[in-house]
Amino acid sequence: MLQSLQRIGSVGRKELIHILRDPATLFFTLIIPIVEMFMLGYAINTNVRDVRTVLFDQCRTQESRQLIQAFKNTNDVKIVAEVFSDEEMHRWIVSGRARAAIKIPEDYSRQLQAGQTAQVLVKVDGSESTTAGEIINVSNAIALRESLLHVLGDRQLPVESRPQVLFNPDTRSANFFIPGLLIVMCQMMAVTLSANAIVREKEFGTIEQLFMTPVTATELILGKMFPYILVTYVEFCMVAFLMWSVFQVPINGWFTSLLFIFLPFLLSMIGMGLAISTKASTREAAQQMAIGTVLPSIFLSGYVFPFDSMPKFFWYLAQIIPTTWMIDASRGIILRGGGLEDLRTHIIVLWTMAIVIVYLGASKFKKQL
Amino acid sequence: MSGTHSVPYEPNHHAERDGNYEAAIEKVIDLNQGTIKFGSFIAVDKVDLVVNKGEVFGLLGPNGSGKTTLIRAFCGLIPFATGHAEVFGKDVKKEAEAIRRQIGYMSQKFSLYQDLTARENMDFYTGIYGLGKEEARLRKDELIELTGIAPYLDRIAGKLSGGWKQRLAMVCALLHSPRLVFLDEPTAGVDPVARRDLWDLLFRLAAQGITLFVTTHYMDEAERCGRVGYIYLGKMLTLGTPAELKQLEAVNPPGTKRWEIVAPNSNAIFTTLRRMPGVRDVTMFGLTLHAQVDEHLQPRDLGLEGPGFDVHPAEPSLEDVFVTLSKQQDALRGEGERKAGVS
Repeated sequence: MLQSLQRIGSVGRKELIHILRDPATLFFTLIIPIVEMFMLGYAINTNVRDVRTVLFDQCRTQESRQLIQAFKNTNDVKIVAEVFSDEEMHRWIVSGRARAAIKIPEDYSRQLQAGQTAQVLVKVDGSESTTAGEIINVSNAIALRESLLHVLGDRQLPVESRPQVLFNPDTRSANFFIPGLLIVMCQMMAVTLSANAIVREKEFGTIEQLFMTPVTATELILGKMFPYILVTYVEFCMVAFLMWSVFQVPINGWFTSLLFIFLPFLLSMIGMGLAISTKASTREAAQQMAIGTVLPSIFLSGYVFPFDSMPKFFWYLAQIIPTTWMIDASRGIILRGGGLEDLRTHIIVLWTMAIVIVYLGASKFKKQL
Repeated sequence: MSGTHSVPYEPNHHAERDGNYEAAIEKVIDLNQGTIKFGSFIAVDKVDLVVNKGEVFGLLGPNGSGKTTLIRAFCGLIPFATGHAEVFGKDVKKEAEAIRRQIGYMSQKFSLYQDLTARENMDFYTGIYGLGKEEARLRKDELIELTGIAPYLDRIAGKLSGGWKQRLAMVCALLHSPRLVFLDEPTAGVDPVARRDLWDLLFRLAAQGITLFVTTHYMDEAERCGRVGYIYLGKMLTLGTPAELKQLEAVNPPGTKRWEIVAPNSNAIFTTLRRMPGVRDVTMFGLTLHAQVDEHLQPRDLGLEGPGFDVHPAEPSLEDVFVTLSKQQDALRGEGERKAGVS
């Protein structure tokens, strides 16, 4: 038992030296997530704003100008040009210079005054679904409001909805993305680094010497986990610090709770990386496989796309991905200010997954050349 | 050859502790009809092999003949398909971990960590073998002294020269005081001086009662082994002391004899001799020729007379032994295949 611990310790210490002796790799693995966070943190904004729009106003009356102003006031629409034919309007959208077009027909004012339905044509570029959806919502809302104003005059609205957004009142994208990004970046780093750990020994032929010693496959796997746990925790704290200081995402819960929940997640990711490493025969193959496991986590975990609206099959698939649970726990602590007692299910699920993954990885690894 | 054969006898701790003074006949490796298969390919074919305690055993054979495979199998890294193998009296199949605690291994290729220093490599292996702090320190000091690697301890292993890499590998293979050390082509790509030093070291270890199992391609190294085995295409063709092998009837068929010939223009003689009747085999060794000829022939029968010529009887070299045995094996296989083709 004591000897076993000594062997695990020796493997861990040696692996840490490997990591530290290769500062270039270490630097890039630590710095790339931070660069990516800056790119995503500043660039991604799912709140649609300033959509380039062309205007074709055939009516040119006070009513039409009022309608245009209503569009402008939303900040969602930005009129970039005025055109004078349907043909020209179409060209602007096809060429991508504008994402939307508003056409107010000649008879707009006349129909309005005559108490008949006045039509406004809003053309939207459907190739960007988020933008298209937003513009449709905006134009519906404007039409509805203009209609109500017309019908009700000065009377009060009969029904009004008052939405209250909890935890992220300004609906800042950064607050939604960065707690997820923190998890995905650390996952990426843990899996890709640890995926090299054993295959590197195969490539350099050092595994042969190692296999001739009494170290068991399980001791080897456990020993190799330690340095990667350490390095990923360092990365986790760095990214979390930037999230809080630069991107001003408030951490409403206890950061220590987050560190605590992160451990089983990290174990499953490193377990996965090492399992890949035992199967792959070259480092390139290991990296490909590592990236392969990261991609589904990105798309299915709810990191970018809300998984509540996924088809049933994918929803269930998402439930068996550790990242799904970890990202929700991360948002739970950072944004919702939750504590460990609120996230009991997450903790149980993550530990179960960690044990299963590490066990499978270690038991599949045989000391045979 | 250096004088290291005559190392004074040093009492052996293991033997004393075990109360076994008949150490010399203790079987360290005992393989009975061992066969190793990779799919349908037979890498090692029904090999019998016994290596005794304190012996320097040399295994020779062309590349791909199964030498490394056999070593790996003794360490339990490749299973024997059939046959029975014991190391230190323990079944390789069942007690691989226990066996591994007592064996050292030095692979063909440098297989230590190139990005760690010599000392870090040593520390790693003392940890892996579970040596206590004090025990590890003493053992390291002893081996550092033995190999003279002290000035290079803090050098990154990848930056050491070939000879020092070998010595470091040797140290790491010996840290846990193994009773049996496998050395797989330990001197490949090592300069002659370092090669001799390494062999001196091996004999010093053998004198301590450590059994050495060495594979090599060098005939001079084979000559230094206590016993030699020759493995060809997975079959152990012969096994014995170098002197015994040279006396094999297969190598010295009745009615033939061997000459060593010094000739003025050996190249031309080589070509003509090969075509002469009664000449079985001719090989060049630098400026001399080795020939196997019919017993009744005299040098003058073959025109090997005159100034500059010197012909005297010679015994076959180990190389002659191995080449002859390989050819006979090839002929046998060819016959076998022809028979198989007919039926």
